[in-house]
Amino acid sequence: MIPSLPRSPAQRALPWGYAALFFAFLFLPLAVVAVFAFNDAPYPAPPWRGFTLDWFTGGGRRTGLFADGPLLHSLWTSTLVAAWVTLLAVAVGTTNAFLIERARFRGRAALSLLMLAPLVIPGVILGISILAFASRVAQFADDMFGLELDFLRPGLPLVVLGQFSYIVAIATLTIGARLQRFDTTLEEAAWNLGATRPAVLWTITLPYLKPALLGAAAISFLMSFENFNTTLMLAGAEPPLTVLMYGRMREGASPVLNAVSLFLMIASALLALVLMRGGLRAPRAP
Amino acid sequence: MTAPPGAPDLETRAIVKRFGGHAAVAGLSFAVARGSFFSILGPSGCGKTTLLRMIAGFQQPDAGEILIGGRAMAGVAPNRRPVNMVFQHLALFPMMSVAENVAYGLTRRGVARAETARRVEAMLERVGLPGAQARRVHELSGGQKQRVAIARSLVLEPTLLLLDEPLGALDLKLREHMKIELKQLQAAFGTTFVYITHDQSEALVLSDQVAVMNAGRFEQVGSPQALYYEPLTPFVAGFVGANNRLAGQATAVNGDIVELVTPQGLVLRARRRGSIAAGDAVEAYVRPEVALLARDAAALPPGHPVLQAAVDSLLFDGANSAVLLREARTGLELRVALPQTGQFADLRVGETVAVTFDPERAVCFRSGAQGG
Amino acid sequence: MAEARYPRLMLALLLAPALLWLLGLIVLPHVELAVLSLRARIAPRVYETSLAQYRTFIEEPLYWHTFVRTAVLSVLATALTLLLAFPIAWTIAKIAHGRSRSLLFVLCLIPFWVSETVRTLGWMILLRESGVVPQALVALGLAATPPELLYHDATILVGLVYTSLLFMVVPLIGALDTLDDALIEAAYDLGGSGADILRRIIIPHAAPGITAGCIVVFMLTVGNYLTPTLLGGKNSLWFTEQIYTQFITRFNWEQGAAFGFLLLVLSTAIVWAGLKLAGQRFGDVMRRT
Repeated sequence: MIPSLPRSPAQRALPWGYAALFFAFLFLPLAVVAVFAFNDAPYPAPPWRGFTLDWFTGGGRRTGLFADGPLLHSLWTSTLVAAWVTLLAVAVGTTNAFLIERARFRGRAALSLLMLAPLVIPGVILGISILAFASRVAQFADDMFGLELDFLRPGLPLVVLGQFSYIVAIATLTIGARLQRFDTTLEEAAWNLGATRPAVLWTITLPYLKPALLGAAAISFLMSFENFNTTLMLAGAEPPLTVLMYGRMREGASPVLNAVSLFLMIASALLALVLMRGGLRAPRAP
Repeated sequence: MTAPPGAPDLETRAIVKRFGGHAAVAGLSFAVARGSFFSILGPSGCGKTTLLRMIAGFQQPDAGEILIGGRAMAGVAPNRRPVNMVFQHLALFPMMSVAENVAYGLTRRGVARAETARRVEAMLERVGLPGAQARRVHELSGGQKQRVAIARSLVLEPTLLLLDEPLGALDLKLREHMKIELKQLQAAFGTTFVYITHDQSEALVLSDQVAVMNAGRFEQVGSPQALYYEPLTPFVAGFVGANNRLAGQATAVNGDIVELVTPQGLVLRARRRGSIAAGDAVEAYVRPEVALLARDAAALPPGHPVLQAAVDSLLFDGANSAVLLREARTGLELRVALPQTGQFADLRVGETVAVTFDPERAVCFRSGAQGG
Repeated sequence: MAEARYPRLMLALLLAPALLWLLGLIVLPHVELAVLSLRARIAPRVYETSLAQYRTFIEEPLYWHTFVRTAVLSVLATALTLLLAFPIAWTIAKIAHGRSRSLLFVLCLIPFWVSETVRTLGWMILLRESGVVPQALVALGLAATPPELLYHDATILVGLVYTSLLFMVVPLIGALDTLDDALIEAAYDLGGSGADILRRIIIPHAAPGITAGCIVVFMLTVGNYLTPTLLGGKNSLWFTEQIYTQFITRFNWEQGAAFGFLLLVLSTAIVWAGLKLAGQRFGDVMRRT
């Protein structure tokens, strides 16, 4: 059971055996995707026909990743959307955290619960509800003022808003948790030493929050990049990567998708490494 | 702008602070002379922290005035008062180095970099941490952190330095050492220190003046010696220093001396404090070092009531050794300090000894007396 | 303690983004959805309030059949995820120490940083007829021709479980971490068997984490679109697919809204039931994940 209790050699090996199987299961699909990015065949399927970089660089009739216009564009679109979502989520997440942890007003408890609601609403519903509402507002603007509000049609602004609507809740939780543990006597001390309120915020509180801000940013970026359900409902003419890949996978996957997947895997791993370095450790470490 | 010479650095006039229906600070008026070390001594919950926070500006009094350096502080924000504070848990900024901590106030004021660095260096030298600029807060020992906290405040040359039980978190030896350091620092800098604590030993050792606080009021303000030898109320007598409390009824009052009898019938004499009439319920206080011990009553100085008592337990504590005695007839308990000559080092539990004390050196109050 | 009693202006500034977000992106859109779902088109551009959409749901076997199927499979997926995740969470929380523990934890996280599309692509490559597993089965002589492993219910379950594992593992680790080893040692010392300790000590203690994990996994599963459609093909019969079809393909927003609301009700009901069952509070559970 636990190391301090007597266990037979079989019992001791069991957890590790299970772990090995578990991680094999976990990484099998990813490994397969990675491997078949290099297969010299028109489809990502066995048998293995030789190593090639065609799916990256292109060759013969094959459009490699770096030449696939729409794919690259969607990669860029996803990055752009993720950047915006991250910016908004961290900013609003910070104001929310201060609102919930510091301010005192009636209905604060209710508001803090309401902020968690987006996390229990299926992404699809978030998508369609925002789509419907935006359409209604756009209709209203058109009827009332004759305004053509393009950003309310399916497209990137709506995608950003849709992802933001629940990612900001996660950012709020992350930043709020850290703010809660902040020792307010530090702020009093700074105040006592002559700092103005804004200076206290800038020189003491925000530097303390920095790890949480960075963590929230990293999580927001990742979650935005890989979001599908909400994005699917709100995407317009320029689909982000996940939506584009889905479309192609339904028609018949080409190994170019493997190539872009491998690229994503490496990028995620790098981002994760930065996160690790920055201090996101396994739970319970101070 | 400094106050006219001779004016107190801190003065309060009838300040009151209420929380709900309860007055944490009930109409306090006092003044602290320039350059002195003033302690406010009291048990937890007596309101001393509230008082300190009002002086610092973190809380506003419900009534009354606070003047620092002669200026009224009503409506003045904490960061604008000529007051700095050393917090109970020090509140050093963990994300900054020692130099950045000490320089913080100067930087906020816009002092030039070179000048700031110079002053930080000078201050660190004066508090005994030369060259510690680059160290991180978590690398420092308890005593070193104390010194950084003090340096951080003193570098701003405040009129008043407030200290909120700063030695509480330190272990005994370090605390004893820091008491001496604080006293020396205050003398060297000449800044007025206002120090709050519940530890009467700290207050006595460090201060020029001590105010004993209880339930929002000062029971007595005076020099440590005055508090120790001439307590004005039963609370002060019991709180400052160790004391034996003997309750009873006054049977006769002859001038300054009160004769009282305990419920068990023991007759004692003590010096009167305040007005006492025969028949009043009274409390007498005898300090452990005031009582005299002898193996044989004949060895004691004549003229004072002698008690026979058995040794209940021996409390060996080096030079602070004491013995708990139980009076033979009435069972009254008495704590008596053992003389430091080692005369009674061979005392055994169960032995009978003779005890007496000079009534002039014991004080007696009417029960429930409150000081002024 | 200095309570930050913010001046009015500051409070208003802080409230503004929060209220804009909650009202503009959550509350009002859902109101709009509700309104839509209660509408029926009786003539071009003419609408009336009616329960027609919901009636269609009840009357049309395809719809409620899909709904129930989605719910049942989601429960099944949640249970399987719990079973698979528990041992690994136990290992990480209780058995591994120091660096191996951090390593294991990171290993769990990694697959979830890549998009679900990538993971599903992997499963497709593995399981489809021309894929790795069927070919391997043939090569090992276990099958004559490569079997089509996609487009079965079991396939969908595998995909769903795979995708949900992390969200079960993290709360479990959080809950098991707080279990003092001394409790298990004491129980063992008093003669408890492994099964008994599991039942009477470990599971009750881990209950909050189990609840949190199950709620999140169920929610994600019920609302999943990608995995069921790609791995289940035309036979997937997943309710989110119906929503998508109505909204995007058929442009029947009213119907889609009604379905959306039904899904929301299902999801909320299960979350609420799960919380009640375990005696937890919503806020606490959410903060664990």
